[in-house]
Amino acid sequence: MNAVLSARDLRKSYGGHVVVDGLNLSIQRGECFGLLGPNGAGKTTTLRLMLGLIAPDAGELRLFDHAIPDQARAARLRVGVVPQLDNLDPDFTVAENLLVYGRYFGISDAAIEARLPELLEFANLTGKRDARVPTLSGGMKRRLTLARALVNDPEVIFLDEPTTGLDPQARHLIWQRLRELTARGKTLVLTTHYMEEAERLCHRLAVMDNGRIISSGSPRELIAQNIEPQVVEVFGEQAAAWAQSHAVRHAQRFEISGESVFCYVADAQPLLLELQQHPELRYLHRPANMEDVFLKLTGREMRE
Amino acid sequence: MNLSYFSLPRLSRRFIPIWRRNFLVWKKMAGSSILGHLADPVIYMLGLGYGLGGMLPEVNGMSYIAFLAAGTVCYSTMNSASFEALYSGFSRMHEQRTWEAILNTPITLDDIVLSEIIWAASKSLLSGLAVLLVIWLLGLSHSPLTLWIIPLSLLVGLCFAALGLIMTALAPGYDFFMYYFTLVITPMVLLCGVFFPVDQLPPLLQTVSSMLPLTHAINLARPLMNDAIPAQPVLHIGVLLAYALTGFYVSLVLFRRRLSQ
Repeated sequence: MNAVLSARDLRKSYGGHVVVDGLNLSIQRGECFGLLGPNGAGKTTTLRLMLGLIAPDAGELRLFDHAIPDQARAARLRVGVVPQLDNLDPDFTVAENLLVYGRYFGISDAAIEARLPELLEFANLTGKRDARVPTLSGGMKRRLTLARALVNDPEVIFLDEPTTGLDPQARHLIWQRLRELTARGKTLVLTTHYMEEAERLCHRLAVMDNGRIISSGSPRELIAQNIEPQVVEVFGEQAAAWAQSHAVRHAQRFEISGESVFCYVADAQPLLLELQQHPELRYLHRPANMEDVFLKLTGREMRE
Repeated sequence: MNLSYFSLPRLSRRFIPIWRRNFLVWKKMAGSSILGHLADPVIYMLGLGYGLGGMLPEVNGMSYIAFLAAGTVCYSTMNSASFEALYSGFSRMHEQRTWEAILNTPITLDDIVLSEIIWAASKSLLSGLAVLLVIWLLGLSHSPLTLWIIPLSLLVGLCFAALGLIMTALAPGYDFFMYYFTLVITPMVLLCGVFFPVDQLPPLLQTVSSMLPLTHAINLARPLMNDAIPAQPVLHIGVLLAYALTGFYVSLVLFRRRLSQ
């Protein structure tokens, strides 16, 4: 295997609070790797460590053949970054943002100009070339940020919650573009807390909580390893009482969350038959997904 | 504090694309910026110069307005660099997250801090040129030695940009800068001989004055305006350089600490 990035026993604390706690992972060339976790799990800190923006307290990190953070500058020449919060230059037009950013990589103005049409096309911003950033919609800004991350034709692209705050149309367009990038052989490393995003885009996922990776594998593997294949969601005022008395007999495992009950089963038939007897309860039968895995692994309580 | 924060600055020419970025932003509002550089000092110089100057005989062997012009050049260049390093610098670091975007490229924090200082000094240079132009147009000095005020503006800019960045590195928000202007800049203007000769001050304040960078800038600018070679030029240049280098290093250490959180 051809690892582009590898981390061994990476640790980072801030003022006694452990944020990254012995992280081990390896990312292969050409894969889309997703780092999942609730707020505060250490995803963004992990990305900052990978880029060499902060130094780990302990552990070893390599990006390409460069030791990070010592040779981070050389590594960042071959990397693109889509940050979580918008940091485009508000005083500039779309084209100026790309031009100015390209210069930071030491690319000549002529070379950036030559790449501009392709970048604008990729970002669906061809008609917005001379529009100033404050006039762009949220989706357009994200796409410009993505185009900006490609200005140096990077081999690896880091994306920190690339679709947070976007409407479904804008999100689907970003997903389509990210798939095109993997099709071109780019390596993507993204953090997200949208399970649908992780499941659709990523070849491999790592679920992070409290600074550690608690499970990793392909979305299919994670579901198979961690959870029963079928889920029956039952809703209604009596759902909880029903679960305590009836669901126990048919479900391997169930979870009560307010007026909903999530029953996890290998075979849903007995449970569905049982539900026929209770017309006051509504239910939904579906295959298990990453969200179920995520909630099982990281718990249902709020992280704020 | 982490020892790595204290390593010496690693400088490179990578500050240039950041300087060009700031220049491109500036070009978009060049009109109002140049007007600001010109209007403020001209109003001061003409208002105080003619107003007060009418009541005063010569000050230190020159007309009051010429005396004030030398102070105004230094005061203006100090202000330009300070405002740029504090307000605009903070905006780039914090509000607009420009630094964060730049740090994701092969550029390092050392390059960014250097670019901030050189950019703020460039604004000082422009401000110094604007005042100099007014001085020449009003005929306040005909000495070719006034050309030395151009590099002096740059040096004063480097000095106050570096000092200002220390505040930027410590600032929780824009309000914090009021302390610096009220407690440092304003007293400095009154202590360093912008409006009246330092020897009018009580001895204790004269001693304080001799340690402040603006005094050394004015001690260079005023003789140049008067067609004379300044006394102790090495001392004055040395003090300004020392403030610039110390400010650069201290602010860099503080920025390293701040941005590694």
